[in-house]
Amino acid sequence: MKSDSWKPWALLAPSMSAVFLLLVIPVCFIVVYSFWLRAPSGADIPAFQFGNYGKFFEDFFYPKILIRTIRISFETVILCVVMGYIPAYFFYRSESRYKKIFLLLIMLPFWVSFIIRTMSWINIMGDSGLINHFLLKIGLIESPISMLYNEFTVLMGLIMYLLPFMVLNIYVSLEGIDKSLLEAARCLGCTEWQAFREVTLPLSLPGVSAGCLLVFVLTAGTYLPPMILGGPGNDMIANLIFKRVIGTLDWPFGSAISVILLSLLFVIVWTYNRYLGINQIFKSLQGN
Amino acid sequence: MAIVTKEKLDRVYDAYKNGRLSRRHFLKYLGLAGASIGLVGSPFGNAVKDAWAAKSIRFDGWGGSVSEAFREYAFKPFTKATGIEVIDGEFGDMNSYLTRVKASYPPGGEFNIAHLSAVFDYARYAELGFASVLDETKIPNLENVMASMIKPLREITKGTLSAVPYDLGQTGIAYNTKHISKEKAEKLGASLLWDKSLKGKLGSWEGDFRTNMWYAALHTGQSPNNMTDLKAIWAALREQRGLMKKYWASGAELMSLLANEEIYATVAWSGRVAALQQEGNPIGYLSPKGTYSWMEYLFVLKGTDLDVAQQLLNFMLDPAAAIAVSEGQNYPPSLDPTKVTLTEKIKKMPAFDPTGKLDGYLFANPSYWNAHQVEWTEKWDRIKAGS
Repeated sequence: MKSDSWKPWALLAPSMSAVFLLLVIPVCFIVVYSFWLRAPSGADIPAFQFGNYGKFFEDFFYPKILIRTIRISFETVILCVVMGYIPAYFFYRSESRYKKIFLLLIMLPFWVSFIIRTMSWINIMGDSGLINHFLLKIGLIESPISMLYNEFTVLMGLIMYLLPFMVLNIYVSLEGIDKSLLEAARCLGCTEWQAFREVTLPLSLPGVSAGCLLVFVLTAGTYLPPMILGGPGNDMIANLIFKRVIGTLDWPFGSAISVILLSLLFVIVWTYNRYLGINQIFKSLQGN
Repeated sequence: MAIVTKEKLDRVYDAYKNGRLSRRHFLKYLGLAGASIGLVGSPFGNAVKDAWAAKSIRFDGWGGSVSEAFREYAFKPFTKATGIEVIDGEFGDMNSYLTRVKASYPPGGEFNIAHLSAVFDYARYAELGFASVLDETKIPNLENVMASMIKPLREITKGTLSAVPYDLGQTGIAYNTKHISKEKAEKLGASLLWDKSLKGKLGSWEGDFRTNMWYAALHTGQSPNNMTDLKAIWAALREQRGLMKKYWASGAELMSLLANEEIYATVAWSGRVAALQQEGNPIGYLSPKGTYSWMEYLFVLKGTDLDVAQQLLNFMLDPAAAIAVSEGQNYPPSLDPTKVTLTEKIKKMPAFDPTGKLDGYLFANPSYWNAHQVEWTEKWDRIKAGS
């Protein structure tokens, strides 16, 4: 058996190499960059100093954006759970022959560019968009209501982007629940609601928590919805990184913010793993 | 296809001498170059030469109607005339392009020509080592270009040129004539962008601290090239932020916000406003005293095949091409009106100067603005984000 011990490593080698080359090395570069300095012209100066980290915490400006990011991420997670559980449960209980088509519809948004999907809200909610046009037409309002470019529209854009991830995670988890358990609960006198509360909901939690983690991490790192649908003061931390790296050519500081975000997400994932167990994600994918 | 030129071999040798290239890699490049030359000299030489003749050059510009004009009136005729393909790229602002140039390997290597805005950018690129040295004898149409646009470039690159001036424009104020009268706009001038009755209907360019500070300077009665009361500038920008609906990120977004009446007034690039007006949108253009004027250049990055680049630049400066592009993008060309007869349409464009001397035009002083770039960009970012 011992002579075969190399086989798993050989099988893992291609994917591990890919992870190493495409993830580990770039992250190492970012960490190294975060200690560098930036010349006024935008040139990078190799150095080892903590000034970029110090700058992040020197006043409340940057931490405030980080806190806003975490808050918006939590809000997105909660809204996605509430809005995602219902369709996932519907698909799970549905006996319709169109069930597969419903599931396909969940995937449909992924066929359209994310930017196009996000920008389409401008045509729907803009001052001369569909909603205002309709309200003006029926005489309910006299002038357009300003609906775009605020935190609400940012949240909406995030939910539109991330809801399918939540629905699919929950659905996969629900699909793994043995339906005879529900029948047993009903036979033992549970009402429909009690059976859901005592059997279905607890057994679907691995899927919910996996979806939560996924949605949270993706929200914390996204920058397009705030950029396209946000107004002044709705920037999230990824926008800040984007502006530092792309806008002001300050790669060292942008890298330092990235490292701080990465560390924070690591702490959150570690906490998740500590109390819920990262293996819940795999459980949910296996259907418990 | 990679083309072996003396310049490229010189660069490789230079890199080897400076220790940036290992001996192994240097020998590899020499070997490849030798093999290439061998192929050309072989019986298959003609076929290889023909394949190499299908050259290409990359050009990056501002996108939207500007890129459209370049494509239609410069690149397509150039490709038709020479067989050289122009690969057309776009950027949203000057810094994002510079980031991509920096990130390419070798730095600047993937990029050839950029439609840069303003002398301060020319200075930045030169300072970062991206400047090439053009052979002006191979760009005879440069003779027709306004001397007043060439002079500032020569001063930066010590008598040589890394770019050719191509057009000029202004960042003025666009306003919706359905909601703001011409009289009101002219009366308020730059202060229109601080008009409280337009709260929630104002916009500005998020990507450029200069534009925002420039108008804050005009609003507070200061000279944009010598702001003495920065506290007043920051206070004005903070006040303006509370009135803003959207800081736009690109020319396309600017046009969309104005056309869809999401915003009624904003700083705006004169050419984009002209394009909106030609589409029939109710948009007025205001250029108050001290309006931000700028010159644009076709900058050739170090490492570019200069023969091809110079050929393209000369083609683009030919009056026929330059006038067609100018009319397409709605910015006056760099051609000297005292040497070249320009069309009526061009003569009516904002920023057009019939004298060709550009006296009285207010441009950003490169040394003043570049010296404060880091500090002011950060400050502007903070204010924009609500600090």
